[in-house]
Amino acid sequence: MLGHYDKPLPSGDPDARPFWQRAREHRLAVQRCDACGDRHFPPGPVCPACLSDRQSWEDVSGRATLLSWVLFHRAYWVSFRDDVPYDACLVKLEEGPILISNFAGGIPEGARAGMPLRVVFDDVSPELTLPRFVPA
Amino acid sequence: MSNPLHALKNQIAVVGVGNTAYGNFPDVSDYGLGAQAFRSAIQDCGLDKNEIDGLVCCRVPYYARMGEILGLDPRWTLQMPPHGRMSGMSIVEAALALHTGAAKYVALIYANIGRSRRVNYGGEESAAFWDPWGFTSPGAAHAMMFRMHMERYGTTTRQLAEVSVAFRRHAMLQPDAVMKTPMSIDDHEASRPIVEPLRLFDYCLINDGAVCLILTTADRARDLKKPPVLISGFGARDAFRRSAIPNFDPDFWYAETRDAGEQAYAMAGVGPSDVDALMCYDNFSPTVLFSLEGLGFCQRGEAGSFVEGGTLQLGNRLPTNTDGGHLSNSYMQGWALNVEAVRQLRGECGERQVPDCEIVQYVATAPCTRSIIYTRG
Repeated sequence: MLGHYDKPLPSGDPDARPFWQRAREHRLAVQRCDACGDRHFPPGPVCPACLSDRQSWEDVSGRATLLSWVLFHRAYWVSFRDDVPYDACLVKLEEGPILISNFAGGIPEGARAGMPLRVVFDDVSPELTLPRFVPA
Repeated sequence: MSNPLHALKNQIAVVGVGNTAYGNFPDVSDYGLGAQAFRSAIQDCGLDKNEIDGLVCCRVPYYARMGEILGLDPRWTLQMPPHGRMSGMSIVEAALALHTGAAKYVALIYANIGRSRRVNYGGEESAAFWDPWGFTSPGAAHAMMFRMHMERYGTTTRQLAEVSVAFRRHAMLQPDAVMKTPMSIDDHEASRPIVEPLRLFDYCLINDGAVCLILTTADRARDLKKPPVLISGFGARDAFRRSAIPNFDPDFWYAETRDAGEQAYAMAGVGPSDVDALMCYDNFSPTVLFSLEGLGFCQRGEAGSFVEGGTLQLGNRLPTNTDGGHLSNSYMQGWALNVEAVRQLRGECGERQVPDCEIVQYVATAPCTRSIIYTRG
């Protein structure tokens, strides 16, 4: 069916909804504790540093460095069968948290740990935007 | 002595071990395999099965059904989740229960039917936050870590191949092993990529089978059929703060492995240079490199060069996974490695026997890292 998005969707975790809402607005955000300032990702119901439940979402710069990357030759979901080989990368945001993503446009030439990256936003469906990364 | 667990040194013994055949058994249930392994372990130690008053089940779906099948009414029962890290954890928990008197004889039963039931270890089976990016499976997490090790320390896939090649050589000496065709470093390099930089031969097998261990206190152990194997030391450290990416740690659980190892060495009164054989959890080959560094068999970042030239092979510096491990013997999630430790210390290993084997160490480097040091009773 044309336009039907059949890849895995966000889990529906209520703590993560603000992340996905902001992604649709092309904003990358992490959770920040109002009480102690700890920034963490993926989000949780309380701050892992001080257990406060007063937490906010803070837009980050989108600047990151590359920590690692892999290339999937196996499709664990049927919906990825036409994509293999596809990449995944591990990035460290300038603000601290690390996250899994993909390269937009494939593994960059000369990829190496420490490579500066910046976020781009991939509107993969009308409902879902995936933050991905390219060389800065 | 600051660690109160040191009081357990040499107080708990493994007295019986058993395993099924390993392979693809679509017509046998996990309970059926568990029962076979239990019967085999009971025969191994000569205990009346009705003396079993402690039961640990791992990957067996339901402890009560297992107990019903075996005709057991324990007074201490523990159900563990189906994760490889649970084998070492279960043995430590059983030791604590025996030491307190909560049970006198504990049977630990593990059964896996993942091969015949086509378990994938990724995708829809294990939903996680990172699914929308297509990132899934423990293998991918280890591929991510190994790339970091390559980038940080210059480790190569040919060095990594040494792990798979050593364990395959051991499996060829092991009658029960699933994979017995010879493997060279070039064979490893030519195997198909699964999640690069890892290839097929960096991945554990998925096969059916079951394992059982029977533990009791050292004083009770003397009355049983075979010489006891003593638990001389153990150590533990979990790492949950950085577990947002399942099965991944940006420092390869270095601090946790070092900590668990130091606890185990101090309790047993030995060090890495005293270890005659290492049983190292090898869900994926990089885990072995991480374990060697964490335990101090080599310097941090130097595991790649340490394993070069067959270091882990029988007859060389550190015989490791002498049964072939998860990569070539059987995917028994750490349980079969603990059985192999016992058999090595009993001198039951035939062609793959480590000469004068007196000290064997088990380690699982994972979000729950455990190490156990076994010695001859």
